[in-house]
Amino acid sequence: MSLNDILDSLFPAGHAVDVANSVITGQAQTAQGPVAVLGTTDAAAIDHAMALALADFILDTVEQHPGRPLVFLVDTSGQALSRSQELLCLNGSLAHLASCVDLARRQGHASFSLVTANAVSGGFLSFGLMADKAYALADAQVRVMDLRAMARVTKIAHERLVELAASSPIFAPGAESYVRMGGIEAIWPAASAELLERALLAAVQTTPVTDQRMGCGLSRGGRQLAAGVAKMVQNTVLGA
Amino acid sequence: METLDFRFDSAPVSRAANPALCGVVGSGNLEILVKAGDAATICQISIKTSARGFGETWRAVLGSFAAAHAAGGTAIAINDMGATPAVVSLRLAQALAEYQGGGQ
Amino acid sequence: MNPSLATRHSWFEATARARINGLLDAGSFREILPPAEAQPSPHLAQLDLPGAFDDGVVIGCGRLAGKAVFVAAQEGQFMGGAVGEIHGAKIVGLLRRAVKEKPAAVLFLIDSGGVRLHEANAGLIAISEIMRAVLDARAAGVPVVALVGGSCGAFGGMGIVAKLCSAILMSEEGRLALSGPEVIETVAGVEEFDAKDRALVWRVTGGKHRYLMGDCAMLVEDDLAAFRTGATEFLAGWTEPAPSLAGLRTRQRALKNRLAAYGALRDGLDVWAALGVTQPESVPLLDRDSLVALKEGLPT
Repeated sequence: MSLNDILDSLFPAGHAVDVANSVITGQAQTAQGPVAVLGTTDAAAIDHAMALALADFILDTVEQHPGRPLVFLVDTSGQALSRSQELLCLNGSLAHLASCVDLARRQGHASFSLVTANAVSGGFLSFGLMADKAYALADAQVRVMDLRAMARVTKIAHERLVELAASSPIFAPGAESYVRMGGIEAIWPAASAELLERALLAAVQTTPVTDQRMGCGLSRGGRQLAAGVAKMVQNTVLGA
Repeated sequence: METLDFRFDSAPVSRAANPALCGVVGSGNLEILVKAGDAATICQISIKTSARGFGETWRAVLGSFAAAHAAGGTAIAINDMGATPAVVSLRLAQALAEYQGGGQ
Repeated sequence: MNPSLATRHSWFEATARARINGLLDAGSFREILPPAEAQPSPHLAQLDLPGAFDDGVVIGCGRLAGKAVFVAAQEGQFMGGAVGEIHGAKIVGLLRRAVKEKPAAVLFLIDSGGVRLHEANAGLIAISEIMRAVLDARAAGVPVVALVGGSCGAFGGMGIVAKLCSAILMSEEGRLALSGPEVIETVAGVEEFDAKDRALVWRVTGGKHRYLMGDCAMLVEDDLAAFRTGATEFLAGWTEPAPSLAGLRTRQRALKNRLAAYGALRDGLDVWAALGVTQPESVPLLDRDSLVALKEGLPT
């Protein structure tokens, strides 16, 4: 599905979106009013320029359209892999982008992200996972690493990983695992205006926004330890 | 990974302070946690090790530790990533000293 | 800040627990979820690997020069300090506790390659939770200070986390980046990044380079006492700013200007020359104090 088809399906009332250097920025009409649309396409490997373009657009939106919801479209294969990118501290530009998403939230901008094709590691961390909630299209690829590469790095037999992946969402690639782990709210069978309106309504009605992902992971049975551990750390009474 | 459990007779520890941890689960290293056990003249040791098939070596190293030290009344838990017998003996002595409030 | 070699205790070589002991006021540390009360990761056991009782991160409360602080210290020797489910949840819990209890700071002793692949999805989501929790603590007025000088540096998602902190204190031995040189070499080829060229790796990711570029606030000796002094001095002069549009606009401009000026360069040597360092090849040989003096003399 092309980006334009996705945009037409999500925003039948109209959208005006630019794509430059795989970065999406623009506006769209919804039943709740105008929303900012931003993100990446073509399995972008996020580099400094892309991160700064997205950050710029978020800061402009915060300044010029207070409270306007942010809809992130995520298609990233991760981060750009090059020496010159690392030389200028690529993690710093990704952190800056994440800070901008966070500022928008604090200034009352509801947000959610939709993984349209790929969501991998650093690229996903810097904006998709920073939104209030994340959703994914049914055929989206969400992962840190595929199982063959994981087998190579961890020196665990590929067959063993495949076998365990069938029952364990802890490391099995795929959007379904992320739903069970609480990282993704829900999977959409296809890009649809109805699902978008519903997600948008949920986003604007949720205030204040707190990170509920551990609780979701627990109630969905995918991440059974994190919520309890974090709670214990918060509540442990320490001796003098 | 292999899980091993041993119980050795050992003279009671002279003094018990707080649970003590020594070492790190890194390559060629191990961590040892000493806590209070349930019998005053027994040193109970459980091991999880990445290296399979060294049960008899462990028995020998741990047995001589329990014989040479007053380690009764302790429950010792070990997570191992292929430490040599020399490293195991050293860390055990450190952990026991710390458990008795000795520190380093 | 330049202790003799005889009295130095290397941060790089110390364990997470030894770093905490060297950093905080003597005897002040109280561990939360200590090893005797914790269980190793069941996910590692399922993959037939021994875990660690603290899952590779030590957390708790203590004092730094008399001030109440929280501390989280990653153990680089265990699974490369990587973040798994329990490891991540301990850090998130500590940061959330900081929002309520408002210690003078959270000291984050980062020594990590990022996500623990054996628990990849749990690790990635946990890092995202840490990112938000760091920003929540800072928005509540609690500075979060990253201390980077361990053998695993701060890479992957933990590199992003480090840059979300109020400031980073680094030693020359510390490394800070997103992708590890090995990953770049594997994917893009040895011509792009020769991961075995240690000098090159340090010129791209090391503490001196990050300090010259302003990506870390302070460069300290590879010494427990130097990190303690550095963190104390940093906090004495720091007031946590409220998150603001103006602050992020300023940062945005600085990052854009920097990308325009240095974006095409591929080696620290070239960047340092462009910064105005007259003898860039001498930088790797300078001691800490000389390098700080060099940076202070650079044109701004």
